[in-house]
Formats: sequence, structure tokens, C-alpha cells
Amino acid sequence: MALNKNQQLLSKIATNDRHGENSPYFDGWKAYDKNPYHPIDNREGVIQMGLAENQLCFDLIQKWIRGNPKASICTAEGVHEFKNIAIFQDYHGFKEFRQAVANFMGKARGGRVTFDPDRIVMSGGATGANETVMFCLANPGDAFLVPSPCYPAFDRDCGWRTGVQLIPVNCDSSNNFLITKAALEAAYERAQQDNINVKGLILANPSNPLGTVLDRDTLRSLVSFINEKKIHLVSDEIYAASVFSTPSFVSVSEIIEEMECDRDLIHIVYSLSKDMGLPGFRIGIVYSYNDAVVNCGRKMSSFGLVSSQTQHLLASMLSDDEFVDNFLKENSERLAKRHSLFTKGLEKVGITCLKSNAGLFVWMDLRRLLKEQTLESEMTLWRVIINEVKLNVSPGSSFHCSEPGWFRVCFANMDDVTVEVALERIRVFVEKQQVKSKRKFQSNLKLSFTSRRYDESVMSPHMMSPRSPLVRART
Amino acid sequence: MTRPRPRTPESESETRNPTGGGATAMRLIVPLQGVVQGRGGLILGSLIPCALFYFFQLYLKRHRSPKPGSNPTSPSQSSSNLSDLQRSSSRSNLSSRGSIGPVQVSSRASSIAKPNDSPYYIGLDRVSGDPYDRLDNPNGIIQLGLSENRLCFDLIEKWLSENTKDSVMGRDGADLSIGGIAPYQPSDGLMEFKVAMAGFMSQVMGRAVSFDPSQMVLTAGATPALEILCFCLADPGNAFLVPTPYYPGFDRDMRWRTGVELIPVHCRSTDNFIISITALDQAFNQTRKRGIKVRGILISNPSNPVGNLLPRETLYNLLDFAREKNIHIVSDEIFAGSMYGSEEFVSMAEILDMEDIDKNRIHIVYGLSKDLALPGFRVGVIYSFNESVLVAAKKLTRFSSISAPTQRLLISMVSDTRFIQEYIETNKKRIREMHDLFVEGLKQLGIKCAQSCAGLYCWADMSGLISFYSEKGELELWDKLLNIAKINVTPGSACHCIEPGWFRCCFTTLSQEDVVIVIERIRFCKLFTASSPRNKNYNDFKRELYGGN
Repeated sequence: MALNKNQQLLSKIATNDRHGENSPYFDGWKAYDKNPYHPIDNREGVIQMGLAENQLCFDLIQKWIRGNPKASICTAEGVHEFKNIAIFQDYHGFKEFRQAVANFMGKARGGRVTFDPDRIVMSGGATGANETVMFCLANPGDAFLVPSPCYPAFDRDCGWRTGVQLIPVNCDSSNNFLITKAALEAAYERAQQDNINVKGLILANPSNPLGTVLDRDTLRSLVSFINEKKIHLVSDEIYAASVFSTPSFVSVSEIIEEMECDRDLIHIVYSLSKDMGLPGFRIGIVYSYNDAVVNCGRKMSSFGLVSSQTQHLLASMLSDDEFVDNFLKENSERLAKRHSLFTKGLEKVGITCLKSNAGLFVWMDLRRLLKEQTLESEMTLWRVIINEVKLNVSPGSSFHCSEPGWFRVCFANMDDVTVEVALERIRVFVEKQQVKSKRKFQSNLKLSFTSRRYDESVMSPHMMSPRSPLVRART
Repeated sequence: MTRPRPRTPESESETRNPTGGGATAMRLIVPLQGVVQGRGGLILGSLIPCALFYFFQLYLKRHRSPKPGSNPTSPSQSSSNLSDLQRSSSRSNLSSRGSIGPVQVSSRASSIAKPNDSPYYIGLDRVSGDPYDRLDNPNGIIQLGLSENRLCFDLIEKWLSENTKDSVMGRDGADLSIGGIAPYQPSDGLMEFKVAMAGFMSQVMGRAVSFDPSQMVLTAGATPALEILCFCLADPGNAFLVPTPYYPGFDRDMRWRTGVELIPVHCRSTDNFIISITALDQAFNQTRKRGIKVRGILISNPSNPVGNLLPRETLYNLLDFAREKNIHIVSDEIFAGSMYGSEEFVSMAEILDMEDIDKNRIHIVYGLSKDLALPGFRVGVIYSFNESVLVAAKKLTRFSSISAPTQRLLISMVSDTRFIQEYIETNKKRIREMHDLFVEGLKQLGIKCAQSCAGLYCWADMSGLISFYSEKGELELWDKLLNIAKINVTPGSACHCIEPGWFRCCFTTLSQEDVVIVIERIRFCKLFTASSPRNKNYNDFKRELYGGN
């Protein structure tokens, strides 16, 4: 594509595609933006089920804010603090804020582990936290392994400005998408052969998009893997408090208490965007056991400090133990209820999801609705879901899933009525598909060969690793 | 996901061949022996050693640590020992080796793992260890190194107490609703806030120009605004020209993670530190000769640390220069509303408004940290006339967005034009009073300041107090001021000033009584210095001067 004169004045970062916003993943969002569902004004609109946002507990937060006017600098009770807060731009952050966040993180892990407030470093949301950690750990051209399916924006967050590449380690449904040591070893070896310097492993636990938590054994084997290779482990635990049923969440911070490990390799990324449903507040946290990373990350936090007003508010809120305990409990219960409502509704029409106990979404299995088990088919089905069923769900390929037919569907950013509407639309759609497939089976028994190219890519995960399959699906 | 890096000749040379090593070695050694002994294939005997030598060089090159990201502080490697502080306006020759420990972090992380060596940062650290307080710690270090404005908080507090209903959630007394501020917002700021900021910027700049909210991208402070612009306009290894002296934070904001160089263009006190196009041209050519591509010019207007304004003519000349060389101009106008002199501030935007110029290369940075004294709230602005830059910058704000409750609070405040007008005028008056008091006090000590009319500081010429007219002499004086006078000022070398002896002194965190104390302390230090302090004990001297204790 020839750059126009305007663009020629710009940098490579400004003109390349690593921001990922040109991927079809965002087409669904665009469809939603053009025609957003509204229960009264626009009942035929697209329902947003592609955004992992937790809107279930706003009332609790609102109630607390109303009941604690001192925590806000805009109230009569709190305004006397204004001066000290407005002038505060120290990148260490308020001590009270760090203590409160450390307290909250510990409670989210059932009090089984405590966090040191002096290791808490701020950043511009988890987006900024992931980027900061990469800037601290890796040089341009270095690589990080990431188990797939994974959060689509990891590529942007970890690689866009840092120059770090991500190497997917494919997991599939044959073993419920578990990460195996064998897969990790294979990916690591292949990278070594390609002369790529692997600096570490990054993963989300609880997983996005799977909604599962890593079991103790897997965690231990991951920690021993990175120890053995002397590479870093970045654990994005942004959904730590969004676990709503068993098995319970085990954090890497607990594992390193139980086994021999070089702590300089362990880093946790956190945020209040999901667990507390406050993504607009932009609170990202880097928690590293490595002093050099804490030191460097703290200086980098100048590029994404949390507003002192927000720090002050959250410092109060999160040190209110009664509120936090109640919030964690309520949040869990409401998520469990919503999850159950949604999955049961899907089961009624014969749609199963991966068994999950965390996160704000389900990993829906629509493989049997695909014409062929190919990426192209998945894309076709996805466009039908957006345009006809009018639900914005996210196709598995945007999560770099090597198996077509899986979709991530978010359920926590709407009320119960909208959930019912969404389920009804799915029911209608599935029934229509069943009628269609009966007819098609009778009329056309030939296999189509046009998608052989994509079959190849599904067979050889290594070939897929350099490029997003979405790019191929479009060409 | 990305492609694996294509095989380069370097990496191919690295490909180890574990099997057949022995046989290969023999095939190499025998002809070599042949050459040494004067027999055997000359071609093999000479080609192979040459090839080996070539591959050896490639191997070394490959395994040398990558180029430094950049050290955000001065080039010195050692700790805060004064004698090791090197001339900061000379080229840095940093070692960028990775950590020597068993676990490697990135070169960026290891380059700043050492304590901060720049006097700018050392001073700030020292103050936080022993901060002056009129009642609790009267012998503490007085902070004159941080350009913060504490003069007008009473006005904002008053506004807040009268307008709390509107401030955070809901408008016009509507019920509090967290649903408005908790969810995801556009990463480059709420449109309402952009509209409010556009109006604010226009107001602080005397309504000489209006700003279009759709050309704005909001960021969490001016710090990321600068960095984001740099990421958009330059690739690693490219350079920006910057007139000196300049704000020490530019080194971090523009160089650290971007890998971009800052080339100083030295300005002289004879010009009142206004940049000359000749010097700019010279710097541009010299940089090009070194094989470095210049992407733009970075200016601060009003200037930090000098506090003067760039005259209209200079702005025109800069525009011509940029157009001729096809480069960008980034104008940091963060002090535009902190004017106390009688001159009129002219924004780049105003010049562009009047002329039919190619605007695609002009970008303005602004923020609320200085003019509205709200650095904690993290509000920065990128204002650009270039669509592509705006598009790219918007995406980059995902890493540095303004917290939604803060936006809500400020929309109300910043849109209250009557309040803002009162604020600007009162602020101006108070800064001027403090400036006049401080500068007069320095004058009585024989210390002149550069002509200035804006900012929260003055640029003082203390070259009369230094023993050697050199950077070393300047830093010695700085050290004395910090340890004897117990005031933290910013030495010119931290700002890359080519003339030794200049110091930036911020006075807007002081009360009028504090100013008197500061002047007295400087006077004491001056006398102490003049009387060969090396032979005298500091406490003895103090007793002599003041009698008793």
C-alpha cells in the first residue's frame, strides 16, 4: 500500500498494523456501534456480547461512595484534602492507595498470600501494565511465549511499541485447552532453532477467553519450566476476583511460596477494571518480585499514573474491609447466577460451553454449526451471528485459537432481561440452522475443497504462529 | 502474531552445526596449515581464514548488547558523587550491557537500575528526605526545583465547595450515577471534556485562537503526550533538535523508551536564550552528517527553564525551516496560562490560523499540571493538525487514558468560564508578586535573572558565585546550595545549558516569608563561599556571621 505524503512523515509504529484494530475482531464492535441494542429505543439492535465488562455490582460501589463522602474530594466533607491530592504526582503513588490495593489483592486470593505495598507499581490500566512489564523485561526482537487461545490485545499491549513478538503455544479441546509442558517445550525449542530469543512466558490466569483457572499442578509445572529455562513468567491475574465456583483460584504468588523458584522471574499484572467493574478509572498494577523491574516500572509509571483523585477514592474504598469482603462475596454470587442462567439457556438449545468457573464470559462451542471445520467457516458463521442474529460475539480465531468453531460470549455487561433476549435470539437461530442443515444434507453430499489451504494451516500450528489466521481468512 | 524474524546473514552464521563438526574442522585446519607451511590450496588457505574472520566479527556484532534505549538521566555511571558528574551536553557514551546478575532484564531496565545521577533527580530525592516546613522542620531543604504552583488552591477549593453537586457524577444536580463513569470510555477522552479543554486552552491563551476538539487527543498528563507524539513521528535512532537549555524531563519523555535522540541546539544569554536559525541549521547539518535522520524540532513556549516567550518572528522562521527540511515541530505550550509579564503569548496555533501554511507538521502539547496546578490529576493534550497523527495517537492513548471521574470533575470546572477568568487573572497577579519579590531579592545579592515573563520560575545567573567558570564549578555551587544553603535549585547543566552558572529557581511553592528565608540562605552561602570555606568550618562560620547559634 503506497503511503500518502501525509503518512510518510510518520513513524513505523504510527503506520503499521500492530495496534490490531484493523482485524475483523473489531468489525463486530463497529456493527454494534452502528446499531446498538436498547431495550426500549432499539429492540432490534446488536447486543454487545464482545466486551468483557462487569456491570453487575455498580450498585454496591455507588452505595459505598454515597455513604462515604469523605473519600471524594468533590464533597463538602472531603474537599479539604483537595490541595494535597491535586498537587501529588509522585510516581510512588499514595502509600494508602498501595496498601489498600495490596490488601484487596490478598483478599481476592482468600488471604492465602499477602502482597507488599512497596512492590505495587501503577500503570495505565492492565493495558499499560502489560506493556510496562515488557519494556522492563525484553528488548526489541525478543519473544514471549503465550498459550493460545489468548486475549487478542496481548499483541498490541506486549508488542506494538516494545518490538517484542509473541509466540503462541496452541492448546485445543482434546484436553480442555490445558497447557502442557510438552507444548511449551516444543514451542521453546522451535523458537531456539529460529534464533528467536525467548525472554519469558505470559499468560492470563484466570484465562481469557476460556474462563478457567489453572490447577496447582499445571502452575507448578509452568513455574518449574520457566525456572529451568531462566525465563520470566508474567501472570495476568486481572480476573482473580471474578471466580464464582470451584475449583478455587490459585495465584502464582501462592505457588512460589510452596516451591523453589527464582523470584526475580515472577511478575503479576493486575487491574481493577474487571474485578471491580471500573475500567473507566484506569487503574493498572504491576507487581513484580524483581527489584530492578519494580524500580524501572515505577519510573515508567510516569507515562500512565493513576489520577491522584482516583487513588484517594480507592484507597478509602479498598481499606474498608467490611465493604471489600461483602463485595467479593456478592460479586462472586452474582457472576455465578448470571453464568448459570446463560449456560443453562444455551444448553436448552443444545449448545455447550467449555466448563468454566471464572471471568465475565463463556467459551461457546459452535463447532457442530460449522459447514466445515475451517477458519473460513467460522468467519462465515460469525458474520451470520452479527448480521442476522444481531449479537456481537468474538470468534475464536481472534484469540488465535487453532480450532475453529469456538466463540467467546460475554454475559456480565447487561441486565437479566437483555440476557433473555440474547438467549431467545440464539434459540431461534439454532432452530433455523437445524432446519437448514437437514435440507442441505439431503441436497448436497459433496465435500468442498476450496478450504484446503486453511486445513493445512490448522494442521500445522507452527506455520500459523507468525501471522494471525484472520489475515489469511480475508485473502 | 508476528512473523519470526527473517533469517539474516548474522543468524545464519550462528546456526550451530552440532554434527559433522569434527570433519568440518579438519577441512578448515588442513588448508590453513598448508598456507602456514607454504603449501596447499592458496584459495582455500586464504579464503577460509577470511571467512572465519568475517563470521567471527559477525558473531561479536550479534552478541554485543543492543544499542542503548537511552539513559533518561545524565551520562554519569557512578553514584551521586559530585566529582563524577560529567558534562551533560557532551555526547553520552553509555554502556548498555544487560544486568550482570543471573537474570536478564531489558537494557532499558538495567540502564536505570543505578541511582539517578542527574542533579535534577538527586535534588528532588534529597528534598523528600529532609523537606522544609516552617514549623516542623525549619532547617530542612527548601524545594525550588519543582515547578509546581501552590498559589491558587484556595480559589479551586472555593469553587469545589460551591459546585460539588455537579462535579463527579450526574449533571445539574441529577442523582449520582456510577454508570456514567465506571465503564469503558473512549481512550482519548470524553468528547465533552475535549470541548471543555478546547475552550479552556483558548481562554488561557487570551482568546487569540480557537481550538477544535476534534483535533485533540487527551492523555494522562503531558509526559505521555510527548512520548506518544514522539512514537508517532520518529523511529528509533532518529532525532529531534531541541534548543537548550531545556526541561530535563524531555530526556525521559522523548528518548527513553522511544530510542529517539535529542540533539541540543545551544542558545546564548546574549540572545536571551532565544534560538537562532543559524544554530538550528548548523545542528541539522551536523546531525545529518552523522547519518542520523532529523524528524523534528521540539520547543517549549513559554520556555522552561528560562521563562521567556518565542517572538512571532522566531515562530515564523521555525515554520519556514521545518517546511524547508520537511520535518515536524512539537510545541510544548504547557505554561501558556502562567504568564505574568506584559507580553502577549503567541501560540503556534495562532500563527497557523493566520497563514496558509502546510499544517501537517505542527503539533502542540498542553496540560493542566501547571496552569491549573493539578499535576496529580494527570491531564494532558495532544493538539495536532495532522489527521494521521491524530489517528495513531488516539490508538496509543490506550496506554495512557485519563481517569473518568477526573474527567467528569474537570468538565464542570474547566467549562465555568467566569471562574476560569477569575482564576487566570488572580494566578497571574500572584505569580507576578512572587516573581518580583524573588528576583528583587536575588538582585540585592548581585544575582541577575534572564528576562522572563512566564512560567513558575526564574533563570538566575549565579556565575559570579562559582569558583571555576565551568560545569564543574557550577555543580560545586549547586552542591553548596543544596548542602549549605539547603535549597534545591536546578543547575543549568541538568538542562543542557552551554553557559555555566545558570540555575532555575521555582518560587511558586513558597510563601512570601519563605522567599525572605531563601534569599537569606543564598546570601549566607555566598559569603561562606567567598571566604574560602575550605579553610573554615561551616558551623564556625555560621556562628561568626550570626553570633551565638
